[in-house]
Amino acid sequence: MTRRASVILAVVVIVMAYSLPAFMSGFRLFQFTQVCIYAIALMGLNLLTGYNGQFSLGHGAFYAIGAYISAIMMDQWAIPYGWTIPVAGILCLVVGFLFGRPALRLEGLYLALATFSLALAVPQILKYFEHWTGGSQGLVLSKPKAPFGLKLTEDQWLYLVTLTITVIMFVLAANLVRSRVGRALVAIRDNHIAAESMGVNSAMYKSLTFGVSAAYTGIAGALSAVAIAYVAPDSFNVFLSVTFLIGIVIGGLGSIWGNVLGAVFIQFVPNWAQDISKAAPWAIFGIFLIGFMYVMPYGIAGALKLLWIRAVRPRVTGQGGEAVSPQLPSPSR
Amino acid sequence: MDIFIQQVMSGLATGGIYASLALALVMIYQATDVVNFAQGEMAMFATYLAWSMMNAGLPYWGAFVATLAVAFVGGVVIQRVIIRPVENKPILTIVIVTLGLLVIFNSVAGWVWTYLQKPFPSPFPREPLRLGTVVFGAHDLGEIAVTLVMLVLLFLFFRFTPLGLAMRAAAQNPVSSRLAGIRVGWMLALGWGLAATFGAVAGLMVAPILTLDPNMMGGIQIYAFAAATLGGFTSPVGAVVGGFLVGIVENLVGTYVSFIGTELKLTVALAMIIVVLLVKPSGLFGRTHVRRV
Repeated sequence: MTRRASVILAVVVIVMAYSLPAFMSGFRLFQFTQVCIYAIALMGLNLLTGYNGQFSLGHGAFYAIGAYISAIMMDQWAIPYGWTIPVAGILCLVVGFLFGRPALRLEGLYLALATFSLALAVPQILKYFEHWTGGSQGLVLSKPKAPFGLKLTEDQWLYLVTLTITVIMFVLAANLVRSRVGRALVAIRDNHIAAESMGVNSAMYKSLTFGVSAAYTGIAGALSAVAIAYVAPDSFNVFLSVTFLIGIVIGGLGSIWGNVLGAVFIQFVPNWAQDISKAAPWAIFGIFLIGFMYVMPYGIAGALKLLWIRAVRPRVTGQGGEAVSPQLPSPSR
Repeated sequence: MDIFIQQVMSGLATGGIYASLALALVMIYQATDVVNFAQGEMAMFATYLAWSMMNAGLPYWGAFVATLAVAFVGGVVIQRVIIRPVENKPILTIVIVTLGLLVIFNSVAGWVWTYLQKPFPSPFPREPLRLGTVVFGAHDLGEIAVTLVMLVLLFLFFRFTPLGLAMRAAAQNPVSSRLAGIRVGWMLALGWGLAATFGAVAGLMVAPILTLDPNMMGGIQIYAFAAATLGGFTSPVGAVVGGFLVGIVENLVGTYVSFIGTELKLTVALAMIIVVLLVKPSGLFGRTHVRRV
């Protein structure tokens, strides 16, 4: 897709997203708030996995850390929610960077396992520090109200705040991956030895990516704490991390739009599955997953990209311009 | 000292379960470079089948053998039908497919057999064995024996039969094996079948202890990951030794380190995985991969 087309598409989608509160309210709108939050988390994971080629099955842990930082700040010190979100992002950046340093030694499966066990341990650790986290009871917070006497319901205000943060985070990420740094990340993914011989500081970039990725996911976690107004250890179980991975693979690795598509998938498809079969909704979800991987092994974004390339190819080759090859992101095996 | 010996013994017993499941993971990893996240759930499902057979009136060992046979066929069928179409796709695609299998097995088991915990019989006598002042659970000893017998059989199969040789060849060098006339695709399917059988043994052995429910294998699978990591994902022997070691460490730490108790047990597995990965990522017995650039 050309640069211009993608900017136009982005503007159209953003305008549509901002006009959503005019058409729906209450729980429906809240579901879209969730989609925005998931989209930020997926963007973080996609930076790490899709662009930098480092697997993580443990991003639920950073989501939990972000959520708890925000919740504890609001609960213990009564700090306004707006301030807790950047703090959660910065702290998660530090934690992610520190976790990324030792993770440098690990590749592929081993990194996936290390992060997987991190995700598993998090609920137990959260329960252990009962004094701060409220143990398995969790912390109950209050939902933010619209300021300046705006005539908006809590859900509408929350949606608009979340959407705005999502747009900012996505613009930042889109610029990041298009920049010199983004090219370095992709170069490390595709061939880290070649990248290093070109002067890319692979170790630094990899751990920084881990940090930035954790920051994105942490901000998403903080937003979820604000939106749901409740945090409890068991909502950050390992299935959350697995869901994030499912989101980016279904949406499309190494694709900005893939994160939005993946977020829509992980928010709505389990509900559809529940509509289809009350008895075994997760079985239906599992079948969806496997079916999707058969039909679109490169995710929805990858499939759309292929379709797009097929649609424009005759024109491009007819002009004798550069050959368009269906190059898709595929992390090295 | 008695407590210590007893804890080591029960550590060995749970370790046997971890070892069986870790062995299943390693067999599939060696052949296809894929970690099968559904391994534990497949084992749980097989155990439910055994429960149904026993409810229908089959004696324990009859149901045991029948379950292993069904698990083997099931493993082969899953590889041929579900995994094969994505075999050459990116590794994450395959991971998602195995995660899909995980939720399907878990959900279908809950649907068919409900989420209520079911007692599961043990084939071994109830009375514990006494050696001096130390008491051994008969089920513990039986478990260790079953694991060891399975291991010896597996070793003999891979070492002394033409089929075992063909399977090892297919795992190590698929291209040359194919040129030598080995049907690599079927060898991989057999590997999945064997792995599913081992998983089923683990499930049948652990069910009397934990009682049967659809989420029974979750924690076990993590310890199996820890075991496979400790032993090395490229070494079946390592997986077994790792399984026993993890079992012992888990029990001793739970007994002697008071602040860990049972609350932070999974964190112990996490710590083990991370320490091993940092100190020796290839595990105790694994080969380090040397790549040409």
